[in-house]
Amino acid sequence: MLLTFLGMTAFAIIHTHHLFAVVMMSGVFSLLSAGLLVMLDAVDVAFTEAAVGAGISTVLMLGTLTLTARREKVSKRANWVPLIVVCVTGAALIYGTLDMPLFGDPNAPSMTHVMPEYIEGTEHIFQIPNVVTAVLGSYRGYDTLGETAVVFTAGIGVILLLGAVGGRKRDARDENESGEGS
Amino acid sequence: MKHHLILRVVTKMLIPSILLFALYVQFHGDFGPGGGFQAGVIFAAAFILYAIVFGLETARRVMPTWLLQSLIATGLILYAGVGFVGMFLGGNYLNYTVLTGHAHSGQHIGLLLIELGVGITVSTVMIAIYFSFASRTPRMGDEDW
Repeated sequence: MLLTFLGMTAFAIIHTHHLFAVVMMSGVFSLLSAGLLVMLDAVDVAFTEAAVGAGISTVLMLGTLTLTARREKVSKRANWVPLIVVCVTGAALIYGTLDMPLFGDPNAPSMTHVMPEYIEGTEHIFQIPNVVTAVLGSYRGYDTLGETAVVFTAGIGVILLLGAVGGRKRDARDENESGEGS
Repeated sequence: MKHHLILRVVTKMLIPSILLFALYVQFHGDFGPGGGFQAGVIFAAAFILYAIVFGLETARRVMPTWLLQSLIATGLILYAGVGFVGMFLGGNYLNYTVLTGHAHSGQHIGLLLIELGVGITVSTVMIAIYFSFASRTPRMGDEDW
């Protein structure tokens, strides 16, 4: 059901040339995928998707729209090369999933490798109810530190590129530099 | 948006609960879904809503540039600093057990601190990105919408 809605939203995004509607549709797409993740019991990821995908990035896209045009430039001739590339890549990915273990398979490598140790340790040694937080912060603390550094670097990069946190207003003649940060 | 009375009133009612929810997600990350990243984004969402409805300059008065820029760095330093504290107390880098000498309480304090660091950095970076986008002069006039 949710997957059907996802597909419909994707087609709507492709067929609309009105960029404002496209931004709203991508927000809907994020919210639907958040719902999908909830159904897969990945509540933390769904939370992030709903907050970042449906919330912040929609706002940032709208901010970008105010800097650029509101309508897509319609190209007349059909472009077949991207479609072929997408189809081949998609087919390769689907072929790759055939080798993967079934969803929720207890004998899958991800379930048998370090997962039991994490669950045991989180429950009995750390005594923290949320395994996700323990894995992110404790078992994989370096990764999370790196991710925070990535967010930090991204913020610094946007501040340097757009340069407007200091309140300086620039003239908007410099075009075509608004794709970052979304 | 001076003429949107309903929006302004509803926003004023919404912002405290958004901030409170962000703090709940932040400090409840050990027990339920959520954590620093999500809380930071929700916290930033409240500020962005405020900036949209009440104007960028009003929001700048709440979160001035020097505070924003120093908080971006503070979060990361807090995270890395917890690691160094653990190292100076004799453990490995980012080992929280040595913070109190007990696995249970040490992990709790360590996770709380690093999640706080993540939350501070993420929320201020999101606010900074929005501020930089919004403070550029728009090329579109109001009638274009």
